[in-house]
Amino acid sequence: MDINNIISPQLLDAFIKFGINVLVIILKIVVVLAIGLLHVAYATYFERKVIGHMQVRLGPMRVGPHGLLQPFADGLKLFFKEDIVPANADKVVFYIAPIIFMAASMVNLSVIPFSYGFTIADFTISPVIADINIGLLFIFAMAGMGVYGIFISGWASNSKYAFLGGLRSAAQVISYEIAMGLSLVGVMIMAGSLNLTDIVRAQEESVFGMFAIPQIVGFIIFTIAAVAETNRTPFDMPEAESELVAGYFTEYSGFRFALFFLGEYIAMIIMASMATICFLGGWTLPWYITQVVPFINYVPGIVWFLMKVYACIFFYYWIRATLPRYRYDQVMGIGWKILIPVALANILITGLVKIIMTMYGA
Amino acid sequence: MPGTYIPSEYLPVLIFIIIATAFGFGALIIGTVFRLKKPYYEKLLPYESGIDPKGEPRTRFAVRFYIIAMLFVVFDVEAIFIYPWAIVFDKIGIFAFIEMVLFIVILLVGYIYAWKKEAFQWD
Repeated sequence: MDINNIISPQLLDAFIKFGINVLVIILKIVVVLAIGLLHVAYATYFERKVIGHMQVRLGPMRVGPHGLLQPFADGLKLFFKEDIVPANADKVVFYIAPIIFMAASMVNLSVIPFSYGFTIADFTISPVIADINIGLLFIFAMAGMGVYGIFISGWASNSKYAFLGGLRSAAQVISYEIAMGLSLVGVMIMAGSLNLTDIVRAQEESVFGMFAIPQIVGFIIFTIAAVAETNRTPFDMPEAESELVAGYFTEYSGFRFALFFLGEYIAMIIMASMATICFLGGWTLPWYITQVVPFINYVPGIVWFLMKVYACIFFYYWIRATLPRYRYDQVMGIGWKILIPVALANILITGLVKIIMTMYGA
Repeated sequence: MPGTYIPSEYLPVLIFIIIATAFGFGALIIGTVFRLKKPYYEKLLPYESGIDPKGEPRTRFAVRFYIIAMLFVVFDVEAIFIYPWAIVFDKIGIFAFIEMVLFIVILLVGYIYAWKKEAFQWD
């Protein structure tokens, strides 16, 4: 029997096309995931080295030259560690909470563009897995999903420290999400799009070259909110060691703990990428640099992108080494009483300036 | 067919979610082969600084957290309302701006009320 008798050739054709499409997508995801995980591994190494040197220590030195293999040693150790599930825990929920947390922050990698599309041997490769037109909104939505992982883990552990840590963390993350969302509205007004590639393009075409200059208020609010969103010092109340042991993942050990760790570091890289894309011009350089030094155009955009991302990450490490921890009431006070009103004022002023500029034809 | 919209550009996102979840589950399941498992009573107790846990872990907690959750809903929905406005700002112009000033003023009334009621105050 011929296969053409069962399925019409058009349908078969459509199926094959769909299959190839899915395969290409899976290939892209695997590449991005592998590179992303490598970056996470070395982000931990980078953090320990930076903070070590800031405290006049050497940081990891033993595993490999200058401790370069340390992240792999840590990963292997966590993989082989015993996985303790407390007797009182809600087992099923306890199992899935770290996976929700990690998946929610990992999925954000699919909308982050690394450069413009480029062509290799007649194939146009788009450097973003899912080029959706609401990229920014998607990242906020997934940040909201991450809260479920945090709170569920705190609840399911059935332990006082974990419970308090989960509560605190959930309240803090949702509070700063508002400030973060409002701080980016200025960028949206100036770019006129939620698509991350369009935002970068708008910055390249603008007079300032990057939105960090006209949107300096938004940029400062975003940076503060990003540190609080990722639960890093000085806003690491949820996992304040001196008060709550380890916060919501107190009861987690072994690879489950590693999943939380992974999610947190990916979230930090995502925040640095968002700061880069929305405020620092992404993979482009401002015209006033490219015109003065024209040969700089030959450097591929992804180099600038990674340099800006790592500059942001270095900044997060720097403030971790420098600043003491806030009190919880101070953390919430900053979020609700300072950042939100300032962000609202920033929106109105940006709108007003834009109106005046279009009126006078500038 | 008119009216049917298949969000095909979200297919990669769906596949990514599946792969990320599979990565988490896969690593945990494969790990069970290699991990040792020697549970005993003390190890399975919730951690409370080395002493036996006392009382219910899920105790009553401050009502502030509920208030923060409610305020979050209000303000986050408001932020979502502002996004489309910001995107089409260029096309609508001065009318959009006046509308948004009104919207934010109405919101500010609620915000000031919440502030006066000490919703943001943690004692």
